Amino acid sequence: MVVMCGLDALRPGCGGVVLHIQGNGGLVNRLKDFGLVPGTRVRCLYTGPGGKVRAIACRGSVIALRTGDIREIQVRCDG
Amino acid sequence: MDDRIDLHKITVHLAGNPNVGKSTLFNALTGMHQHTGNWPGKTVGTAVGEVRRGNTVYTLVDLPGTYSLEGRSTEEQVAARCLEEEKADCVLVVCDASCLERSLGLALQVLQRYDKVVVCVNLVDEARRRGVEIDAKRLAFHLGTPVVLTAAGRGEGLDALLTQLRRTALGPEKQSLPTWKDPVAAAESITADSVIRQQDPLEAFRLKIDKLLVSRRFGLGLMALLLLAIVWLTVWGANYPSMLLERFFEWGYTVLSGWFGTAPWWLRGVLLDGLYATCTRVIAVMLPPMAIFFPLFTFLEDVGYLPRMAFLMDPCMARCGGCGKQALTLCMGLGCNAVGVMGCRIIDSPRERLAAILTNTMVPCNGRFPTLILLGSLFFPEAGAALVVAACVALGAVGAMAASGVLSKTFLRSAPSAFVMEMPPFRRPRLGKILVRSVLDRTLFVAGRAITVAAPAGVVLWILANTGVLTALSNILDPVGILLGMNGCILLAFIFSLPANELLIPVLLMALTGVGSLAAAESVSSTAVLGSAMNRQMAVCCMVFTLFHWPCSTTLMTIYRETGSMKKTAAAFALPTAFGCILCMLIRLACYWI
Repeated sequence: MVVMCGLDALRPGCGGVVLHIQGNGGLVNRLKDFGLVPGTRVRCLYTGPGGKVRAIACRGSVIALRTGDIREIQVRCDG
Repeated sequence: MDDRIDLHKITVHLAGNPNVGKSTLFNALTGMHQHTGNWPGKTVGTAVGEVRRGNTVYTLVDLPGTYSLEGRSTEEQVAARCLEEEKADCVLVVCDASCLERSLGLALQVLQRYDKVVVCVNLVDEARRRGVEIDAKRLAFHLGTPVVLTAAGRGEGLDALLTQLRRTALGPEKQSLPTWKDPVAAAESITADSVIRQQDPLEAFRLKIDKLLVSRRFGLGLMALLLLAIVWLTVWGANYPSMLLERFFEWGYTVLSGWFGTAPWWLRGVLLDGLYATCTRVIAVMLPPMAIFFPLFTFLEDVGYLPRMAFLMDPCMARCGGCGKQALTLCMGLGCNAVGVMGCRIIDSPRERLAAILTNTMVPCNGRFPTLILLGSLFFPEAGAALVVAACVALGAVGAMAASGVLSKTFLRSAPSAFVMEMPPFRRPRLGKILVRSVLDRTLFVAGRAITVAAPAGVVLWILANTGVLTALSNILDPVGILLGMNGCILLAFIFSLPANELLIPVLLMALTGVGSLAAAESVSSTAVLGSAMNRQMAVCCMVFTLFHWPCSTTLMTIYRETGSMKKTAAAFALPTAFGCILCMLIRLACYWI
């Protein structure tokens, strides 16, 4: 099953491909430094207390991102 | 010395993502001892070192870690500016073998801008354990530049690296610089072709540990437990060596006073009761806690626990208008506030960074630990010094967070910025190295402080004490001191310990025992002097004021350098002081009512 959702809604253990990214320039540029651009495979590894921070695996490294910051990142979730 | 004629001098810039082992590589090459740790942002300034091989002298410049040349945060700007302005003979881009794809992003940017570049793929030993193998030849072919594989922690590949640096620096210039239209896609395809990846046998296990460490119930409890354990070990372990050192220095005092037999009384006073006594007291009080605290903390750093802590703390810090990285800077502040203030460079948003700088001094640095330990164990023997000190650290951290919360809602209001932080994998710490390095480094550090700060202060203090100035000043300050729940003596000690917080106890003792001070203090133990001169309420106020008062001069200078503004430095002075004054007055009022 293929579902579209925000990166913030990706449950721990789920992966997907980034479709497009909106949002403020600072964050988008930072994400680009980590190679997180449309077309990138990402996976949510785990979330922090209250689900407010999540660890996203991307191109061999793990990035901590705030759930609230990544709503604008569209992901095609594929389990 | 004829070979000097053919001596080649090569300057090399070390660039790379944060936490790829640049500083470890730098140390391994130069034999220097730059602080290293397993978390992004450990190095925020540049370091320069030299190494000579054959007839070539390499000057290596270790730049702060950066993800791009755009310079999005202060420490990244330092790196980008250094690359741009101080033309090096060769740029060494250090990559992490475990996540080569991300590291290549920066490497491609550097290759597009600079002519002589060597790419070093570091941490190959760690990558090998995780099932990642790098094909250096293919990588070199795709990048069009030499590639060397290294494992700096073990000294692997260093000679090959130096040889290659020399060859590239002295070699011919490239005809044209390569360009990649889409660096991210290029990094992806290059990695796909030059990395052989097998299933990491421990990946699931690592993930499980990570999940456990950041879980709400276990993670927060473990964090509190770790803090308590470190403080407890420091307090408990420092007690006996401190006593031994004190005894040793007392013995030294009697020996020295024998030598001074015929010297005039004032010379003996200045040198022995002023200089010697203050110096040795600082060493006896400072060295043991530092020698215990730093290895423990370095262990946590090396393993990679700190980023997990930042991850855990981020929601809490976000409520105070900060981000998880501020928790890291507060942790560094536990060691030394000046280092903590410098560390604030890793915070992207300028306003959040300023709030973090202004509040960093609210966590007690190592220079203030001894005061807290001494007062805590003296006035709360039933609770145990460790608990009191841990409570103080917690109070300091809460104070810092509350203050940055208030700041971010008043003077430093800004839209909340995004939080992006890399979570590095756990690494096996090098225990022997941690122990030797941190003990040696700290011993040198404390000895240096004792000579540069405590010695002159001791001389001045002795003169002031013996001309009655100290008593007079303390009398003048008495009303203010009493208002703050302390007295003039204690307040005076705080003022005099502006150069260094570790001076507080020696100054306090000298002020309390009055004229001719230390000869008398030597016969009575320092605890007895403090115990008879203070009551519990004074001790509590003194401890609170130890947490919240002006930063030491070193930290103030660092703040001025970091902010470039007198006004902000003044704010860093006034903010914790005001906080401390209010708290102390409240405590005094509360005691009065009870």
